[in-house]
Order: sequence, then C-alpha cells, then structure tokens
Amino acid sequence: MLSQVKKEEPKGNRIIVTVIGPDRVGIIAGVAQVLADNNINILDISQTILQEFLVMVMVADMSASPIDMATLKEKLAGKGREIGVRIDAQHEDVFKFMHRI
Amino acid sequence: MLTLQEVVETIKMVQEENLDIRTITMGISLRDCADPNPRAARQKIYDKITRLAGNLVKTGEEIEREYGLPIVNKRISVTPIAIVAESCNTGNFADFARTLDEAAAAVGVNFIGGFSALVHKGFTAADHRLIDSIPEALATTERVCSSVNVATTKAGINMDAVYRMGHIIKKTAELTADRDSIGCAKLVVFANVPEDNPFMAGAFHGVGEPECVINVGVSGPGVVKNAVRTAKGADFGVLAETVKKTAFKITRMGELVGRTAARKLGVPFGIVDISLAPTPAVGDSVAEILECMGLERCGTHGTTAALALLNDAVKKGGAMASSYVGGLSGAFIPVSEDAGMIRAAEAGSLTLDKLEALTCVCSVGLDMIAVPGDTPPETIAAIIADEAAIGIINKKTTAVRLIPAAGKKAGDYVEFGGLLGRAPVMPVKPFSAGEFVRRGGRIPAPINSLTN
Repeated sequence: MLSQVKKEEPKGNRIIVTVIGPDRVGIIAGVAQVLADNNINILDISQTILQEFLVMVMVADMSASPIDMATLKEKLAGKGREIGVRIDAQHEDVFKFMHRI
Repeated sequence: MLTLQEVVETIKMVQEENLDIRTITMGISLRDCADPNPRAARQKIYDKITRLAGNLVKTGEEIEREYGLPIVNKRISVTPIAIVAESCNTGNFADFARTLDEAAAAVGVNFIGGFSALVHKGFTAADHRLIDSIPEALATTERVCSSVNVATTKAGINMDAVYRMGHIIKKTAELTADRDSIGCAKLVVFANVPEDNPFMAGAFHGVGEPECVINVGVSGPGVVKNAVRTAKGADFGVLAETVKKTAFKITRMGELVGRTAARKLGVPFGIVDISLAPTPAVGDSVAEILECMGLERCGTHGTTAALALLNDAVKKGGAMASSYVGGLSGAFIPVSEDAGMIRAAEAGSLTLDKLEALTCVCSVGLDMIAVPGDTPPETIAAIIADEAAIGIINKKTTAVRLIPAAGKKAGDYVEFGGLLGRAPVMPVKPFSAGEFVRRGGRIPAPINSLTN
C-alpha cells in the first residue's frame, strides 16, 4: 500500500499522519491544509473504510517545517476536533522499528 | 512495506492501550568520588551526577515529542553508596542520601536509586553504617531509593542481614508514619539482585557496569491485555504466541528509545528491561491480563500457571526484539500499583501466601504489600527469608518490599498517590518465627545438581 515510498532510505524527517473517524467531505482537504500551512510535504496517502470508519494514513516529510512534532500534533488534533475525526502524527521510525526486523 | 493495519495497530497501542516507555534510567558510576573527607566526597558526587545527567530529562522529553511515545520516568541509578562512602570517616551515611536527593532535584528526575549495600556473604564496616542510616535517609529525602542484597545462589542467605532488615523496615515505617510509612515503598530487600535494573526502587549501578550507561524499561500491560483478549477461547499455544508477538513489538519500542537516548546523550546503551510493570491506572494491570486468560479473579487456583506462561512468553518475545535484554525482565506484581491486584486482595482472592507462590514464576517478588503496623520485625525477617530462599534455590531474582503501615491493621488502607498507588493492609500469620530468624549466620548456598 505504502510500498512505493518505503523502498528508498528514509530522508529528512518523515512522519506518519493518521486519521480515524466517520467519513465525510473535506477530511483530506482539512489535513492537507494544516500540513501545507506548516510547509510539510505529503509523500503518500492511502485510505480504507473499516466498519464505516475512515482510516487514512499519510506519509509526509517535515524536514523543511518550521514547527516541531508536538506543535504539529496539537494543530492536527485541533483540526480533528473541528471536523469530527481523530488525527494524530508520529515519527516514521516508531512504526518501522516496531514492525520490521 | 508498512501496511495500514500495522500503522493503525501502533497508533492504537499508544493511544488506547497505554503503551509507554516506563523509564529511562541513567546509570552513573560514583567509584571515582570516594574521598576520606565526607564533605569532599559528597561534593564530587553532586558534581558528577549533575554534570552527566544534566540533559537527561530534556533529552527524554525531546524523544517523547519526536516519536510521540510517552516516557513516564527519567531516573538515575548510582554505584551502591556503601562502596563509594567506604573510605569516609563518618558514622552516618544519611548525609549522602541527602546529597543524592539534592542532585536528583537539580536535574529534575523523580527517583535516584543506589543508597544500597550488597551483603549477601557478609558485611563490611561501611555496609553496617549504610544499613543503619537507611531509616533516616528515607525519612529525610524525597527521591532516594534504597536496596540491600541479602542473598545469592552462590553465597546463600546472610541471615544476620535478613534479621537486621526486619528491624530497618520497621524503623523506616515508624519514621514515616505520618505519610502511611511511605519510606518502606522506597526500600527493597533482594536476593540475586541484577546490577543493570532500570526499575525503582531496586535500581543501582553495579560494579561491573561502565562509567555511564542508559538503560530502558518498557511496559505495556494494557497492550498485552488487549492481545490476550483477542485470543479468547484459543488454546495455550496460540495464547503464548499472542503474548510473545506483542512483547516483541513493545520491546522494539524500548530499543528504539534507548538507542536514541544513548546517542543523543553521548553515552553507551545498556539494556532493555522487558518487564510488564503495572500502574494504578485502569487498564494498565498485570492482574487483568491474568483475568483475561480466563481466571475469575487474580489469585484463584490457576493463577501461578497463568503468570508462568505470561512471564515466559514476555521473555521469549523480548529476547528476539533486543540483543541486550537485562534487568528484571518479566512481569511485576506490585499489589498497591495494580488496580486488578488491589481488587483481588479486597475480594480475598489474593493473599500473602498466594503472592509468595506467584513470586516463584514472576520477575521480582513480594512487592508493595502493606501489612499491619504491629507486625514484629522477626516476622518481616521471616518473610524476607522465605522470599530469598525461593530466589536462591530457583536461581532467580526475588525481592521484598513490605510496608508495615504504622498504626494500621488488616483491612485498613495505605494511600501513596501517584505511581505508588494504594493498598489494602493484608494480614500476616500470628505465629512467631523469632527463634528461627535470631539464630544468625548464613544459610549455605544450595547445591546445583540433584534439582528436584
């Protein structure tokens, strides 16, 4: 699913943004806006519907962003409350280290 | 390569199942701080701790932000003070505890471990002085933790130390009577103590350890509980496999955080301690894992088998995830810190006898158990002797952290708040072991063949 962006060695400061909540219009736009406003480049988006819930995973690069992870998490959480979904971001290493030997 | 399911699984572990890095503990050798002048020695200790650990808390918080993983505690362990202060011409080592307390406060860690002595085969003059000053040390400091190793499989049990610790625990309880005898929550008596354990109150920096090292303790009872829940009705092979896989993932997080912290601080990475350590928070309980396996209440028949399976599966999964697994690694069963254990004790399902049996298969021992304030020191010593015997015969670490809550009787409660939690006071047997523990001397080391 995310294989195409995972083959290369990680560059910069890559994060994984997750969105979980009821599907509706404007979720991707909302998240993308927060990222764009903070100069964070989206590398890949994939999503699926799990039991009528939207689960979206975004890979993004925040190496050129002026803000840090904690601030970004707050901003995303705020946007999530606004559009009624749960948005979170974590460093890519967390996922890779847990699931890949 | 990462699938959507894997991403969601990780997010769920952190957000809903309380996966956290329980502690980053910086081990610091204080051997070079020895000085005949106690004032000079204390100054060297203070300077060295604040120099090496100055950035510990900041670095921990940085990693938390970067990875979005909570790191609950940042702590320090030091060389056993009995060794460091050996050459000082002072009778009272409590001053050293206060220096440790000040250094810990200065760098912002919540606990510092190492007000310790290793006396499994016998005492040095400094060991005597250190043990005598434990009650005052724990009563006059906030952050200092103390431990005494009284037995090993190779040396046997130093029964003089065991009896002495019965009195020391009582005195510590009395000196902190106004705070539910909280001093005893910071004092552990060990058999076969590991020298790289990052978990308080038993953490200290062993003599075989490097100058400075980062050890990490991971914990995720909530994550394991949810995994066990998904294996409802499955046979034991599947159950063990489920726990093993989960322990692997949890340990990987510890390895990541430990290595990152060590790199950022410029010190070597030591070990990951892959223990399931509960907190008083709902859902973060080892007892609930056992109950999820199919026991109506923790402590009932079958609990020992369930805990043995859990402990072993955690070790197997963790050993694959990190090449440097150490410390205590297994499942902790502290009563006051585990909501499920407290419930089981209240319901009468979990008794001191059953807890003792559980310690044969868990990672530590009789941990954070409140007993009546009028429990005689001989009885406490006898409980320590029982635990040490289990440890040396089974070649495992065991420990005792009992709180003879001053002025309280069976059925009352002690309340510590925070991670130390609350506990119902459990009854002890009314019959004396005085004549037995007062014999003195050493119980010989066990034979290593003829193992039945």
